[in-house]
Amino acid sequence: MEAFKEHVGLVVPLDRINVDTDQIIPKQFLKRIERTGFGEFLFNDWRYLENGDPNPEFVLNHPRYTGASILISGVNFGCGSSREHAPWALQQYGFKAILAPSFADIFRNNCYKNGILPITLHADVIATLSKAAHKTEGYRLMVDLEEQSVVCPDGTAHTYEIGDFEKYCMLNGLDEIGWTLQYETDITAFENQNRL
Amino acid sequence: MKKTMYEKIWDAHLVRSSADEVPILYIDTHLVHEVTSPQAFEGLRLNNRKVRRPDLTFATMDHNVPTTDRSLPIKDLIAAKQMETLAQNCSEFDIPLYDINSPEQGIVHVIGPELGITQPGKTIVCGDSHTSTHGALGALAFGIGTSEIEHVLATQCLLQHKSETFEIRVDGTLPFGVTAKDIILSIIGHIGIDGGNGAVIEYTGSAIRALSIEERMTVCNMSIEAGARAGMIAPDDTTYEYIAGKRFSPKDEAFDAAVEQWKQLPTDDGAKYDRTLILDAAEIAPQVTWGTNPGMVTDVTGQVPDPAEMASTDEKQATEHALAYMDLKPGTPMTDISVDRVFIGSCTNSRISDLRAAAEVVKGRKVADTVNAMVVPGSQAVKRQAEAEGLHDVFRTAGFEWREAGCSMCLGMNPDTLMPGQRCASTSNRNFEGRQGKGGRTHLVSPQMAAATAVTGRFVDIREFSS
Repeated sequence: MEAFKEHVGLVVPLDRINVDTDQIIPKQFLKRIERTGFGEFLFNDWRYLENGDPNPEFVLNHPRYTGASILISGVNFGCGSSREHAPWALQQYGFKAILAPSFADIFRNNCYKNGILPITLHADVIATLSKAAHKTEGYRLMVDLEEQSVVCPDGTAHTYEIGDFEKYCMLNGLDEIGWTLQYETDITAFENQNRL
Repeated sequence: MKKTMYEKIWDAHLVRSSADEVPILYIDTHLVHEVTSPQAFEGLRLNNRKVRRPDLTFATMDHNVPTTDRSLPIKDLIAAKQMETLAQNCSEFDIPLYDINSPEQGIVHVIGPELGITQPGKTIVCGDSHTSTHGALGALAFGIGTSEIEHVLATQCLLQHKSETFEIRVDGTLPFGVTAKDIILSIIGHIGIDGGNGAVIEYTGSAIRALSIEERMTVCNMSIEAGARAGMIAPDDTTYEYIAGKRFSPKDEAFDAAVEQWKQLPTDDGAKYDRTLILDAAEIAPQVTWGTNPGMVTDVTGQVPDPAEMASTDEKQATEHALAYMDLKPGTPMTDISVDRVFIGSCTNSRISDLRAAAEVVKGRKVADTVNAMVVPGSQAVKRQAEAEGLHDVFRTAGFEWREAGCSMCLGMNPDTLMPGQRCASTSNRNFEGRQGKGGRTHLVSPQMAAATAVTGRFVDIREFSS
């Protein structure tokens, strides 16, 4: 996994609550056996018209948001299935961070394991940032992991919480399996003790 | 110290726990299917790692298998490739596989309990969010992503934070026509689709105790639809009777010894949950969803809500979006809504008791001319049992299609999908936009309600229909 320290990027607001993983990556694209090739299908059913052309109404297709790498959305982002194809699709499209008032449990875990930072901010802050992104073309934010803050163009900083271990893993691009395997003697001892 | 069942299972599986590290939790059983595993096996190969405990790992094919004649070649070549990849991976890493031709094949959350793999007190994971189903037998079971699948394959452990505990107590007696599906839909309607976010729910109370194991699975199955990490129900005599004699369950003295251990699992009297919600079973009515998530649900006697009456701007917008997608008008009585399709199946409601209940409703009746209806048993074993009881004849005579086992139109990864604009009464677990097919409109209901809807062509109050 690529290490994440800080990121400055264009912000796109997706003003919906409960964005589910079936919308992030519809099931017809889950049949690949590789980890790649999902970005073009991100939000497929919202992003494309029946004939396959981009849906001009959908926010990601507005030219002013081309190249966006920070997504702002509503509560309970990523609810639904455990498919890791959802963070893969977001990451392969180019997103580095997602800002929302809350995230679904499994989705948030899956993000950390793929170097995408899910940042929980108060609903009022999310509303303010979303408004600013709508109002100001080219609106960019800086997401700082070391400092645990989201910094606005005017210098206002909003801090956020992240678990110490998740932060450590993201900052160092840690191989979690390697981490667990360093305790292999503990695992073996547990198995022996429990006759597993 | 008095402990909840979750805390007991958690403590018994801690391999390593220190203040400044994420705890390492041992996993007793890892269930694997074709869709979320290929990249995990590839990861093992790239890092030259082995599967630590193939003997604690079980695989089947369910998500994208066709439910039509299994002797014919699979037309969807990409799906076939995914199944073939699972077979190769299982062969390479020595993992038992119930493939598409196996008499034990079926939806992973149906065959786990059916084979006796699911047992009280176990930690069980699978790359599927409906793994919470297995909690019905008093296991701690939850869905994981592909990176975590790889982690469990390599280490038989997971790095896990401890969850909050949430007791949902349902007391009283369920009224006639009200099912386990209505209990869980009603709970999600109460607490919302993020009402249990990250928590481990334990369902308690006399109404839960009175449920069969298969009904308990329906309740636990949809815990994730309230955002919960897991759902569980304490084991009792009903549980032990269910497990006895299953293929992988302990036998003879070992079984008696296991039961003695399992009896230690229920939450201690006086143990504290982080939260508790109490509901009265007598107040629950048959449920029907009207929107695009399982929390958008109402009594069958209710109406499509008015966005203007929603509490917040976000809710109002979400309701407007949902009604536009579902092509429904505020104030429409649920029983005025007609459907094009009926789907009876999925890990929520495809077990033998579900099929019996649905068959009882359709017996001697016909599917409405305007409706296409199908039954997809949860496993080949369920299918065989149903056929032995003549249920397939009841369904076929009524005009239902009778299919082979799999996830089918719950998520429409195989050819079983809704066409754009089609409306479906479905016994599955998710009514997200496009879930059953792009542009398809899903209403979640119980098997009895789905069966009655197939007959009348529109939603009907099962309490009046059956009386």
